[in-house]
Amino acid sequence: MIEPRPLTRWLILGVVGLVFLVPIVAMGEFTLRRGLEGGYDFSRWIAVFSGGLTGEYKGVLTALGNSVVLAVVTVAVMLVILVPTMVLVQLRFPYLRRAMEFVCLLPITIPAIVLVVGLAPVYSVVAKMFGSGVWTLSFAYGIIVLPFAYRAIQANLQAIDIVTLSEAARSLGAGWTTVLVQVLLPNLRRGILSASFISVAVVLGEYTIAALLNRVNLQTALVIVSKSDPFVAVIFALLALVFAFLLLLAIGRVGAPRRKRSLTGASS
Amino acid sequence: MSLTTRSAAQTDAKTRGAGATVEFRSVVKEFPGHRALDGVDLTLQPGEFVALLGPSGCGKTTALRVLAGLEDATSGSITIDGADVSGLPANRRDIGMVFQSYSLFPHLTVLSNVEFGLRMRKVPKDERRTRALAALDMVGLGVHAERYAHQLSGGQQQRVALARALVTEPRVLLLDEPLSALDARVRVQLRDEIRRIQIDLGITTLFVTHDQEEALAVADRVAVMRAGTIEQIGAPEELYTRARTSFVAEFVGLSNRLDGVVDESGTVMVEGVRLPLIDATTPLGPVSAYVRPEDVVFAAEGIPAEVVSSSFLGSFRRTTVRLSSGALVRIQHGATAPAAVGDSVFLALTGAAVAVQQRA
Repeated sequence: MIEPRPLTRWLILGVVGLVFLVPIVAMGEFTLRRGLEGGYDFSRWIAVFSGGLTGEYKGVLTALGNSVVLAVVTVAVMLVILVPTMVLVQLRFPYLRRAMEFVCLLPITIPAIVLVVGLAPVYSVVAKMFGSGVWTLSFAYGIIVLPFAYRAIQANLQAIDIVTLSEAARSLGAGWTTVLVQVLLPNLRRGILSASFISVAVVLGEYTIAALLNRVNLQTALVIVSKSDPFVAVIFALLALVFAFLLLLAIGRVGAPRRKRSLTGASS
Repeated sequence: MSLTTRSAAQTDAKTRGAGATVEFRSVVKEFPGHRALDGVDLTLQPGEFVALLGPSGCGKTTALRVLAGLEDATSGSITIDGADVSGLPANRRDIGMVFQSYSLFPHLTVLSNVEFGLRMRKVPKDERRTRALAALDMVGLGVHAERYAHQLSGGQQQRVALARALVTEPRVLLLDEPLSALDARVRVQLRDEIRRIQIDLGITTLFVTHDQEEALAVADRVAVMRAGTIEQIGAPEELYTRARTSFVAEFVGLSNRLDGVVDESGTVMVEGVRLPLIDATTPLGPVSAYVRPEDVVFAAEGIPAEVVSSSFLGSFRRTTVRLSSGALVRIQHGATAPAAVGDSVFLALTGAAVAVQQRA
């Protein structure tokens, strides 16, 4: 494979960076405007942090908490159901791979609004079984993150020979649970992390399903705020971006491979 | 047997881990639309090194996988030291295995890889480390204990895999074409090393390969497989010099296939030369006789032929000639070429016994 020259690399990085940076800078600039009189100041930021978060805009913090819970439960649902299923299909039922791929990619072809039409009656049953807590939205979110999570994990699965690794572990005396937990999952870390990142990002940005199923998450709360004060809504959107960045960073740190200590005690 | 000291291993060779008897009894393995093993009967004596040799798809790897517990036999049974292990899962068979593809766990160091089997057996940490390091020393890789698989060459990875398979002191060692991904020089080195370690530890070993040279070089006995059955089993010399079937004669070593006729004298007449038969019960009539290249020599008179090509192969040379019947014959001889391409020569047959196959 031919690698691009450093100048080309920096050029691509610069253009992509600009695409991301321009809207963020514009949002920041917008929040600093003083309105009709012109000029810039931090008055709106000061207002938000000097009581707004605990008073007028407390609902946004609650909604943020809801979204975090949703992200955690969605990632958990995805990891507990999708990863073992994909490993099982790869190891024991490879002839089901195509069918599984079709099922997992299907949600990407269905608009969220259509999904909600189908999910609404299902959620009347879900509410009876599990209550109407906001976390129950994770079942629906589990479906919408499925195509992205599947692709991330599948790419990792194809990069390692899990059949040989699991057979080697079995021949060394490992049971299936040990094979999964101690051999396969550590080698699927990159795929699982990618799947988690994308799931968290999708959940934090999801609006349609939550709004139509009358649940409160970060996006629905921001829409409510924007109706009363668009400047503050943009401040919260920026804060949400920073929060999502820190959350993804934290997941990355937790999931990063731990350095093994050498025999002499030094890091290898 | 312990890997901690070699002398301990040798003195303890008759105890656990060394020299189990393995028996395949009428083992059948069927896959949808395909019978991979068709009633395999095979006994490995304690401490014996047996190679399963055959072309792709003959069932040799399936036989090994059935013994390892990675595939279930459709029928028949497998016993180790008399105990039927057919129903036991792979992780409870106490069998060490080295795979064709590199199978080291990428997220673990070399040392942790070797310790893995001991950890599964809940061996205390200190003992685990001592034994793993001893196993790594045995394959000459003690200094690489802290490296990861991707930091090792292919040959080193297979050595670690061997140490990992042996450190638990299994009853049987299975080698599934462990050398096939390596370059020629490393392959020969590791092949000899495997044999040395196997003799040292006295462990019963089943080695799958499609490389006849590998099988003949290291095995006590070689079982040639074809279409799910064992065509012939015997010592390497026996297989080479007394191939009982045309398939074995063709598969093990090079053979020249020449037309001949078996007559009442119990011999076969090939190109006007009478040759003894390996199988004296061959029915009379026209046959194809399999004559080894080293059993054909250049002579001052005899069978007329024309030199077609000649290849220098280091310590020897292989020359192909065309007989007046049109048949091509390969001759293996000394490194100097007795004739140039296009020259007319005469051949003689040394009179070694040959395998034959009846012709229609």
